[in-house]
Amino acid sequence: MHLEFEKPIVALEEKLAAMQDLAHTSNVDVSDAIKKLEDKIKDLKKETFNNLTRWQRVQLSRHPERPYALDYIYEITDDFIELHGDRTVKDDKAMIGGFGTVSGQTFMFIGQQKGRNTKQRQMRNFGMPNPEGYRKALRLMKMAEKFNKPIVTLIDTPGAFPGLEAEERGQGEAIARNLKEMFGLTVPVICIIIGEGASGGALGIAIGDRVLMMENTWYSVISPESCSSILWRSWDYKEQAAEALKLTAKDMLANQMIDGIITEPLGGAHVNLKEAARTLKETILKEYKSLSKLKVDKLKSERIDKFCKMGVVTE
Amino acid sequence: MSWFQRKDKGIHTPTADKKELPDGLWFKTPSGKIIHMRELKNNAYVCPDDDYHVRIGSEEYFEILFDDNKFTELDTHLSSADPLKFKDTKEYPRRIKESQDKSGLKDAVRSAYGKINGEDIVIACMDFKFIGGSMGSVVGEKLARAIDHALQNKKPLMIISKSGGARMMEAGFSLMQMAKTSAKLALLSEAKVPYISLLTDPTTGGVTASYAMLGDFNIAEPGALIGFAGPRVIRETIGKDLPKGFQSSEFVLEHGFLDFIVDRRNLKNKVHTLIKMLK
Repeated sequence: MHLEFEKPIVALEEKLAAMQDLAHTSNVDVSDAIKKLEDKIKDLKKETFNNLTRWQRVQLSRHPERPYALDYIYEITDDFIELHGDRTVKDDKAMIGGFGTVSGQTFMFIGQQKGRNTKQRQMRNFGMPNPEGYRKALRLMKMAEKFNKPIVTLIDTPGAFPGLEAEERGQGEAIARNLKEMFGLTVPVICIIIGEGASGGALGIAIGDRVLMMENTWYSVISPESCSSILWRSWDYKEQAAEALKLTAKDMLANQMIDGIITEPLGGAHVNLKEAARTLKETILKEYKSLSKLKVDKLKSERIDKFCKMGVVTE
Repeated sequence: MSWFQRKDKGIHTPTADKKELPDGLWFKTPSGKIIHMRELKNNAYVCPDDDYHVRIGSEEYFEILFDDNKFTELDTHLSSADPLKFKDTKEYPRRIKESQDKSGLKDAVRSAYGKINGEDIVIACMDFKFIGGSMGSVVGEKLARAIDHALQNKKPLMIISKSGGARMMEAGFSLMQMAKTSAKLALLSEAKVPYISLLTDPTTGGVTASYAMLGDFNIAEPGALIGFAGPRVIRETIGKDLPKGFQSSEFVLEHGFLDFIVDRRNLKNKVHTLIKMLK
């Protein structure tokens, strides 16, 4: 599947394929033309992806082929054992977690999980956790703390599920508790936005010593669509809303709400999962290395101080 | 002698002598009961006929709770900035200015310390009339400082929530206020200083999903709307009408997320008793 802004690139790529075909089937020497076209495609790609609008980034973050939490986990771990259930209500399939080893170090991985096809999407509830998902996440974080293993959370959600049962079982309380408890964790916590970071549903597993965003992701208090419907009273202003919300990785870094950006392969993470996962793995190991040197008290107080500094007021 | 004094047709009273009935002298509750404002005020803004709790703001709550309405307000000078240069149909600074002029408030929360039946307490109270009681950087920062004050002076804290949730015009910054207030409350909890969270009509969104649900005691006024997602959003998601009483204080108590529901007329004494028990 290609997004609207990718179409000029796709058109050139099709032309290139036709030319390569021609080179195979006939004796005409087109190698010069092919080389030229390849360079042109490369330039156009760079040009396009370096100048994406905020809304285009949002579209990339939701690309149907974009890697999801488990794709990355299976790619970067040598061993992974998935763990289920919140021990109270049920196992929330929109929130996954388990122990995994990366280059000999065990991490607790936790993340929202989306589905690839209709059946999976329903099973994963479109990556929208219920309260039991947040409680499952907290249970696993506490277990990681018990066995002194660092935590990596992979955030990718359009929001916490706004359903009837979710309210009955205390969606607000579940998220609130996670926020408070995550500030007390005695092990390093690395949080990475790998797709969509929508509001409290994202923040509920995003309190960490390092909060990083992949290049083509967004993180804000509300989705551009919902923001448009509330502030403009119409669904048609999502592009403007995306601009106004300043929700990209670059924006969030500039406003000091995240600690860094993880680069993606040209064209987006879905173009090359292996390369995206390799960068992710290197980043996790690098951040863990520096965090593992900190004493527990310092780790906790720096985590608290970092979030307490966020916000701009006039005195 | 005629029944009526008026002999000439028409009204001849000069405008200056006309008696005006001030606006808002009477209050009509949703069930149709009508009550005089003075009586309402003397009854903690609860309608005596049907126990309806009228939506009130920080001014009224401070008056109800603090002894002799005496208190010291904290951080009165804090006001909103516009770090994102946010513009929807209106520019954000203009929205703030208009709200300030209309409400006479700086932002959607006021915090103060004083005494409640002689016991020290810090109270932060949200004002719904300021952009729907929405939580932005000012609300987050003022709450953080109020919690700091409670922590440093070992005084019990009470936060009165009344909010539609996070303030969209501060985007990411609003979201991070949930984290910030929760961080401060974690420290308060560690220091074993009591925190009472009073949820009033309405408390939803990011406020429910952070400090409002983090009390040692989560208490609510009767009949308040309390939830994470708003009723309209839920109705659209599930495509069904919501059951009667869904997301009311009583519903939330029944599902185990509140310690008790308190009538506003008993609020002061009940909070005081609770604080004394913990001493």
